[in-house]
Amino acid sequence: MDEDERWRDLDMLLMRPGNITGPGFDPGPECRECLRDQVHVLCVGAGGLGCELLKDLALSGFGQIDVIDMDTIDVSNLNRQFLFRMKDVGKPKAEVAAERVMARVAGVAVTPHFCRIEDKPLDFYEQFHVIILGLDSLEARRFMNQVACSFLEFDAEGKPDLASVKPVVDGGTEGFKGHARVILPGVTPCFDCTLWLFPPQTKFPLCTLAETPRSPAHCIEYAHLIQWYAERPGEAFDADTEEHLRWVFEKAAARAAHYGIQGVTWQLTGGVVKNIIPAIASTNAIIAAACTLEALKLVTMCSSGLNNYLMYVGTEGVYTHTVAYERDAACPMCSAGVPFRVRPSDTLQQVLDALVADKALGAKLSAPSVSYGAENLYMRGPLEEATRSNLARAIGELVDGDGSVVQVNDRGLAAPLRVKLCFVDSMER
Amino acid sequence: MIKLFSVKEKQKKEAAAANGLSKAVKQSAGELRLQKDISELNLGKGVSLTFPEGKDKLLTFEITIRPDEGTYKSGAFTFSFNISTSYPHDAPKVKCKTKVYHPNIDLEGNVCLNILREDWKPVLSINSVIYGLQFLFLDPNPEDPLNKEAAEMLQSNPRQFEHSVQMAIMRGSSIGTSYFPPCRG
Ligand SMILES: [Zn+2]
Repeated sequence: MDEDERWRDLDMLLMRPGNITGPGFDPGPECRECLRDQVHVLCVGAGGLGCELLKDLALSGFGQIDVIDMDTIDVSNLNRQFLFRMKDVGKPKAEVAAERVMARVAGVAVTPHFCRIEDKPLDFYEQFHVIILGLDSLEARRFMNQVACSFLEFDAEGKPDLASVKPVVDGGTEGFKGHARVILPGVTPCFDCTLWLFPPQTKFPLCTLAETPRSPAHCIEYAHLIQWYAERPGEAFDADTEEHLRWVFEKAAARAAHYGIQGVTWQLTGGVVKNIIPAIASTNAIIAAACTLEALKLVTMCSSGLNNYLMYVGTEGVYTHTVAYERDAACPMCSAGVPFRVRPSDTLQQVLDALVADKALGAKLSAPSVSYGAENLYMRGPLEEATRSNLARAIGELVDGDGSVVQVNDRGLAAPLRVKLCFVDSMER
Repeated sequence: MIKLFSVKEKQKKEAAAANGLSKAVKQSAGELRLQKDISELNLGKGVSLTFPEGKDKLLTFEITIRPDEGTYKSGAFTFSFNISTSYPHDAPKVKCKTKVYHPNIDLEGNVCLNILREDWKPVLSINSVIYGLQFLFLDPNPEDPLNKEAAEMLQSNPRQFEHSVQMAIMRGSSIGTSYFPPCRG
């Protein structure tokens, strides 16, 4: 098959102008070449969603794909993580997935990274034009969100600098339900703007677990949260160690027998302890397809993209719905930060006084505390004494330079306020 | 759009080089929220807080509660707090490091406090948890026990319960099958 024949369907999208194309769409053969040679996409996760995403990306013309995953292949993955075979059990998911996709799709380069996402430096993430997430935990999503938002820069008027926007496409599934969303930090809401979308996990009261267990899950949680620490003190529980899980399962089964409770199984034990929701292959396929299309739209603009959250519910019938969520103007991750002019020689005390005296900001501030990244420059409350000496230091010494964003906290504020320090000459201000 | 990528990238690199800002991964949103919680903490009388890893590592700390009335008067009870980066989506993990005879605290230091588990909400704060813990010492609840023996004694013989607890705080003593070292604060 020649290249034109092979990409006939893709060319339908990329070779012709249309009425619903996105801004700046420039149809032509360069689109496909660029997708193949220049666009660099990162797929985070090589599990249920990840396998689908990698296959979809490769078959949609993306030629430079990296995949990162810290897991190794388990027998229980094989029913839906179709890039893996029995002989691959125990090998790193990222490496096997990369090899399999390259073997099946000619011309695509897939680079695996068998490590934790936290182990890669920011420069690693910066090289990608799109980051696509096939993750199953809120914590990992929040980390990737933080990474994407950390590239974001704003101009003097507080508008996002489009060159610094790192697009993220996020997919997620839970049984028959799923979502796909497009995050353009600074433009569409990030994870932390809409954190409330993630419902809290069900947590049972400890006293119920201890005294009045009624369900198999109660028995498992008791063994996991209470018996483990009582009987194996000082040993950290690791849900991925089979012996640990087996121990919890056996203790839970004994407890269930004691209380006449049925249904503690090995599978349920893993489910409860790791908070696993059954994965359905078709849901993964649907969500991965939606995510890949959004990635394709983002880099080619062959169609205006999803704005900005698609939910899919397959429990009764097939239902999808798109919601344009809004950014949180005070989001701690993606908001611009209020510009505030200071002289580098001003002491921290002078900066605080100026903040409180400021017409706009001062209305909400009475006793501000200031942090710069992890560093608590001045804190009221129990850390007041430990941070007091900074008040006499020049702000220019305490932060990295012009444009540094500090977090200001005050009881008058509902959330941390981001303040962008704009350095001015000693005469100005 | 595609063309924009390469052009943009170049501009961006130049801009970054020009202002020389260090590019560390920012604080997690959980840590940012914790900075707010800690800076606004109003520790009442009888509560102290320490950060064993210093003023810039807020994710682990210890608080000590010294009740000045009630059954647990004159004791000092230390709790370790471990905050995950998903705070405030997830509740702080709290353990009692002082061995105490209490219906809602077991001998391993697990604490049964609703807002630490089933009733946790992101609008709650470290301050709410500290209030909750203080309340546990003023009003131990025998209805939902974690230490059943303690709950039974509190219900059947409140005076003996108070006496046993005070003995343990002041001098250390064995109650039932366990020994409780003194924890006078
Ligand atoms: Zn945001």
